[in-house]
Amino acid sequence: MSWSTTLNHPLGLLDADSFPFLAMLGSDDSDIFINGLLGSFAAALVVISVMVVVALLTRYRAWRTLWFDWLTSADHKKIGIMYVVLALVMLVRAIAEAVLMRAQGAVGLDGGFLSSDHFAQLFSTHGTIMIFFMAMPFLTGLINYVVPLQIGARDVAFPILNSISLWLTVAGAALVMTSLVVGVFSTGGWFGYPPYTGTLYNPGVGVDYWIWSLTLASLGSTLTGINIAVTIYKKRAPGMKLYYMPLFTWTALCTAIMMIFAMPPLTVVTLQLALDRYLDFHFFTNGLGGNQMNFLNMFWLFGHPEVYILILPAFGVYSEIFSTFSGKVLFGYKSLVWATMSIAFLSFLVWLHHFFTMGQSGHINAVFGIASMLIGIPTGVKIYDWMWTMLRGRVRFSVPMIYSLAFIFLFVIGGITGIMLANPILDYQVHNTVFLVAHFHNMAVPGVLFGMLAGYTFWFPKAFGFRLDERWGRISAYCWIFGWMGAFFPLYILGLMGLPRRSVAYEQASYVPLEIVAFVGALLVAAALMALVIQLWVSIKHREENRVFVGDPWDGRSLEWATSAPPPEYNFPVVPSINDRDAFTAAKEFGVGYQEPDTYVNIEIPQNSAMGPVFGGTSFLLAFGLVWQIWWLVILTGLVTIGTLVVRGFQRDTLKIIPAETVCRAHRHWIQAARSAQPIKRSQEHTAANKGRAALETVEVST
Amino acid sequence: MISELFKRVEFYLDARQNKEIFIYPGLNLGAEHSNVHTQAEATVFGFWVFLMSDAIIFGMAFATYATLLQGTAGSPGPRELYHLGPIFIETLLLLTSSFTFGMASIAMKYKHPTSHLVGWLLVTLVLGVIFLGMELDDFRTMFAAGGLPTQSGFLSGFFGLVPLHGLHVTAGCIWLVCMLGQIAVHGLDSETKLGLLRLALFWHFLDIVWIFIFSVVYLGGLA
Ligand code: HEM
Ligand SMILES: [Cu+2]
Repeated sequence: MSWSTTLNHPLGLLDADSFPFLAMLGSDDSDIFINGLLGSFAAALVVISVMVVVALLTRYRAWRTLWFDWLTSADHKKIGIMYVVLALVMLVRAIAEAVLMRAQGAVGLDGGFLSSDHFAQLFSTHGTIMIFFMAMPFLTGLINYVVPLQIGARDVAFPILNSISLWLTVAGAALVMTSLVVGVFSTGGWFGYPPYTGTLYNPGVGVDYWIWSLTLASLGSTLTGINIAVTIYKKRAPGMKLYYMPLFTWTALCTAIMMIFAMPPLTVVTLQLALDRYLDFHFFTNGLGGNQMNFLNMFWLFGHPEVYILILPAFGVYSEIFSTFSGKVLFGYKSLVWATMSIAFLSFLVWLHHFFTMGQSGHINAVFGIASMLIGIPTGVKIYDWMWTMLRGRVRFSVPMIYSLAFIFLFVIGGITGIMLANPILDYQVHNTVFLVAHFHNMAVPGVLFGMLAGYTFWFPKAFGFRLDERWGRISAYCWIFGWMGAFFPLYILGLMGLPRRSVAYEQASYVPLEIVAFVGALLVAAALMALVIQLWVSIKHREENRVFVGDPWDGRSLEWATSAPPPEYNFPVVPSINDRDAFTAAKEFGVGYQEPDTYVNIEIPQNSAMGPVFGGTSFLLAFGLVWQIWWLVILTGLVTIGTLVVRGFQRDTLKIIPAETVCRAHRHWIQAARSAQPIKRSQEHTAANKGRAALETVEVST
Repeated sequence: MISELFKRVEFYLDARQNKEIFIYPGLNLGAEHSNVHTQAEATVFGFWVFLMSDAIIFGMAFATYATLLQGTAGSPGPRELYHLGPIFIETLLLLTSSFTFGMASIAMKYKHPTSHLVGWLLVTLVLGVIFLGMELDDFRTMFAAGGLPTQSGFLSGFFGLVPLHGLHVTAGCIWLVCMLGQIAVHGLDSETKLGLLRLALFWHFLDIVWIFIFSVVYLGGLA
């Protein structure tokens, strides 16, 4: 449709055919019908879930609470929780898609039930969601929740900006969800290479959905990166030197710095593609002097650091868990810090290994191949540090530890296949096969996702005041682990047998058995997700037995455990002074873990602000308008967005004061609870006796 | 001489460590709140980091331009489209506006009457707007000479870079108007001052980016 017609049409490109459901009804092709049915089923699920949520909120009159206590909150803890909720919701969709793809694979000999376009949408949304709307929100949520507590701060450096970042991410996720109901999503994969994603080959709205959801996510992450980095640099409690910071905070710092540098190339590359598509520019077109290699280079200049943005916080979580659940100080703290920083640095120098086969000279490939292999060194250092942390420790095999141990075993396998792929000669053989799919899922699932789930289990009692059910947690963990192995070990072999990635169907009968194994593995993964949901349900039901108000259920070591569970809005009644690593362990050993200060003072914390949700709402509509070329909506929402920024600039007195008496009352109540709680030994950790007060059991031997 | 220098450095480091005597350079915040200064440090540092991120965006746009330079695809190239005359005037305008913003910052730091500050800001705004007007006129002339972004990779690279800077300047001008509004409504409270300080950084940053555009795009293109 040309510009002038869309200008005249109030709904842009939007019409009855834009709804897959209606399009399906109008067609008499059975293939379109099956795919339409699946699509409509998914769309119906989205619509029904939204309706159910709305109905429940109305039924329980929860709208006010939702708005005032959550959506408009500037509290880093609530923002963190909302990020994790977003991640879990998106995880459900992306896993459902993964199972569907594996089902198609199992019956994909000469056909199967999915059309190739539908399959392409599935892997594109699965990849996009998993990276940008599952893993990123998950780690951002954990960082948001934990880091200010670990460094003894009251909040992040820029609380309202934090809320804006959240809502930009939510808007991006909502856009992907909308594509299920209105129109289609891109079929160009998670990295959307042009010229395939140019208008010549892809005139529809799919790619535009992809472009704008990524743009929103990347802006949100850039701002998050700035916020976290400044928080860690400027908001640490007195005495907390950089080398006293817990390792999770260190990894958060490195991730934040990487976000600051790596997200801009993504923003640029998606906007340039948008210019190509909307205004007929020639950045990446085949003819007229465009250069699609620019897209590849800039995308992976973002994309490779991105995978370390994802994995480093997971490394941080594992470090905390190995140390806590072995009852020992972290072995080789400084080497872990330096390894983290080296990985962050090196990750900017290896992007070319994503396209060894694109025709550059052997010398260039060799340089990038060697640089890629170098990353194995600091990573190896970390693995040994973690193992030595467990050595002679009293290792407790709780859920977070099960994930962490599985991580060590499986991650090493993924690392080795990574080193294989870093060798251009081998890469030429397995490039673009499912061997690669197996490799990166080896990093993404046992590496990233297990870390996030371990962190979720570890910090859940801190955030909500009660422990998660251990039994269902274990069931879920084992299902994840064995499900993952079932789903992806076969792919290594299938890849070596030559099965290309992103294949909807194949003609080789020899693939079938392994495809079936992979499908069974995927079913087990689905079961793992179910178990996770059940675990949450059971835990909420039995929350009274599992309360840990005192706040230290695992005999924790860093400051986040030194306050009540859940912590007060202002985190610490008195900002702590730090003079060692593992500050809370030291305090407990000296018997000063639960002490009253001489005086309490008024505490200033940021007021709620509607800025974040308004910003998210308008930017969602702005992006929606751009996708469907509804120009009046674009202009209107653009103006409102700028307007909110201007109005915010004029606001003053954005803080609220919590009076010293309130602080005092809450703190005394907590101290009282801590002193009257029975200190429990680690062997009773999972019993109802655990009220969050840890008995002194281990005396530290310095390593 | 050298020992004097060392003494100064030592004094500076001392001052940094004891936050009480450290006042954010270039800014004169009131003493009403003890934590205003620490918050100011975070705010301004955060803005520096933002600029760093923005610099990467420009870096990518520059890299794109450089790699697409040869891709004129038979349509007009730098020699046919660039005219150094107006560009030179634009450069002078922008450099002068940086100077006038500097004068505004000095007026703020040394508590000159607010009218001075407002005056310098208005001059800066006018210079910025003239710059934008001239830049738009450049683009108009280029369009007339067949230099449209739809013509070639080279022109896409150009229009992906230079107007990006122009958009930033536009944002800067809008922000400047808002700051004038804040001065009118709230006077020179700490938040207004912090806003002005950040806007100043932004403005000087855009000046530096323009120097690169001037040298790489225009001088480089005609060399
Ligand atoms: C354990 C659960 C998972 C299963 C069963 C699964 C399954 C799949 C399948 C079948 C594909 C398509 C492979 C092909 O191209 O032939 C795929 C692609 C992909 N997955 Fe997963 N996945 C899982 C988890 C994850 C996670 C946690 C992430 C990221 C954090 C992720 C990121 C991706 C990406 C980026 C792609 C590539 C999409 C593309 O080709 O553009 N997956 N996954
Ligand atoms: Cu890579």
